[in-house]
Amino acid sequence: MIATESLSKRFPRVTALDRLSLDIGPGVTGLVGANGAGKSTMIKILLGLSPATEGRAEVLGLDVATSGPQIRERVGYMPEHDCLPPDVSATEFVVHMARMSGLPATAARERTADTLRHVGLYEERYRPMGGYSTGMKQRVKLAQALVHDPQLVLLDEPTNGLDPVGRDDMLGLIRRVWTDFGISVLVTSHLLGELERTCDHVVVIDGGRLLRSSSTSDFTRSTTTLAVEVTDSDAHPDGTEALRAALTAAGVALHPGVEDGLPGAGHILLLEASGEETYDLVRDTVAGLGLGLVRMEQRRHHIAEVFTTQQQEEVPAR
Amino acid sequence: MSTQAPGPVQAPEDSRIHNIGYRSYDGPRLGRAAARQALFSQSLRGAYGLGRSAKSKVLPMLLFAVMCVPALIIVAVAVVTKASKLSIEYTQYAVFLQMVIAIYVASQAPQSVSRDLRFRTVPLYFARPIERADYVLAKYGAMASALFLLTASPLLILWIGSLLAKMDFWEQTQMFGQGLVSVALLSLLFGGIGLVMAALTPRRGFGVAAVIAVLVISYGAVTTLQGIAYGTENVGAVKWIGLFSPITLIGGVQDAFLGAPTQAPGGEAAATGTAAGVVHLLVVLALIAGSYAVLMRRYRKVGL
Repeated sequence: MIATESLSKRFPRVTALDRLSLDIGPGVTGLVGANGAGKSTMIKILLGLSPATEGRAEVLGLDVATSGPQIRERVGYMPEHDCLPPDVSATEFVVHMARMSGLPATAARERTADTLRHVGLYEERYRPMGGYSTGMKQRVKLAQALVHDPQLVLLDEPTNGLDPVGRDDMLGLIRRVWTDFGISVLVTSHLLGELERTCDHVVVIDGGRLLRSSSTSDFTRSTTTLAVEVTDSDAHPDGTEALRAALTAAGVALHPGVEDGLPGAGHILLLEASGEETYDLVRDTVAGLGLGLVRMEQRRHHIAEVFTTQQQEEVPAR
Repeated sequence: MSTQAPGPVQAPEDSRIHNIGYRSYDGPRLGRAAARQALFSQSLRGAYGLGRSAKSKVLPMLLFAVMCVPALIIVAVAVVTKASKLSIEYTQYAVFLQMVIAIYVASQAPQSVSRDLRFRTVPLYFARPIERADYVLAKYGAMASALFLLTASPLLILWIGSLLAKMDFWEQTQMFGQGLVSVALLSLLFGGIGLVMAALTPRRGFGVAAVIAVLVISYGAVTTLQGIAYGTENVGAVKWIGLFSPITLIGGVQDAFLGAPTQAPGGEAAATGTAAGVVHLLVVLALIAGSYAVLMRRYRKVGL
């Protein structure tokens, strides 16, 4: 779908992309990076709107430097920022955008009705968009990116500004774009955790450089951190300590430190989960000690965490 | 808020709503030219409030009516009195009603370009098959066409009226043609100036004020200066002062080449003449080309 080869973009003062080589196949791919990591620059180059300083990029097998219009006919783009005129209805707006992609008038109307229904906009699509909630606006923005039935959509921070429920809805919708509609997705975010659930493949960039590119399952397996909290019992007045000793004896890697700033942080054990076995082991150990298991959960990853593992492992960029 | 249908209701087997699923599109994709065409017609319709709210139709339609009513009255008078010539020249009409044209430009140019900038719809356009030049050409073309409709319609009324009043066909047609050339130039010039002003000011209100300032205040200043020049017996300077306001520029061009009577103070003595006329025409063309260039430049950075 997307292939870049030592792609660089330098502005007079900053290097937005630094010799980035990527090969992204069909499916849902997450592009993760902090603000200013080069995600938006990357999208601009992929749409053929901004020339790369050096290196080359191909989208759908077309060179971005020479085939911009052809690429943009087959690719959808959902910007990060607001882009909807408030005095127009969703239907009118999406029809116009479909026509701007080169669809004939009747096809544009049919596709608009279909697409708006798929993203979950019903009666309200005839009302001016100024009165829409953030969630509805995000749906319209997604609809205008999908209306011309592209082969690939580029979604720039689609969950921005949504509440947790809206976020989950949007992520579910993005997943369906691939599973039900068969359209490949490149979605950017600065939250690795939310992309893990949605994407088949995650690419992490920082300062314009590739930090890591791997399938989501690799990601989860190699870096999952488990947080475990247990009750105390008469036999073990300090349940946490007892569990720590038992797990260390069983050969589980425990994080030495404790989480700061959280209530009850001292009672939470953080450990590396190397797979299914770890979960079973923790469960059995806790049961064996006769303690009550208060919680056992995966900790969300922060990008910083990937950075530290990167430095330790020096994973070869592919 | 999700508006998903409520949970399953016990429904008979045959009345269930089927999700027909996603259908892909295999039909034609008309590409760049069609997209530019779509943007042009959307903008042209928008300039008369078509496809927009009822409220936004009021002003352009009202101004269109205001442009046409005097022509209807002139024609009615000419037909009833069986006059041998219309009481106004084709080329004078737009100059007399320039205030209406200025208000039209001031109200519609910002709605055409400032809205896209302000609501940041422009990146969506550039993420589609069109290029920057297509966007600028479509917007400029639509604005100039809307202005041409506004300024040429009353001329058409006058011409039809002159034929109804059985005036000389060839003479009237020739003058009508000259009038059309003049308003075509005027449409391009005013459209360009209006769009440049509006594109440089994302806030619509400022856009309106800027357009009014350039079109109307410059005219006021120029006529004042011309009056002073005439009063101080510098009749020769009058035509050159006319270079500094859009409407007097057009006046100079049509006065030199399109058989229009001079509008400037001083009458025949201040007539533009061929040499100054060429200068006026060149300035008009340079302004039109300049407007296009400024718009192209303006949209270079707005890409995404």
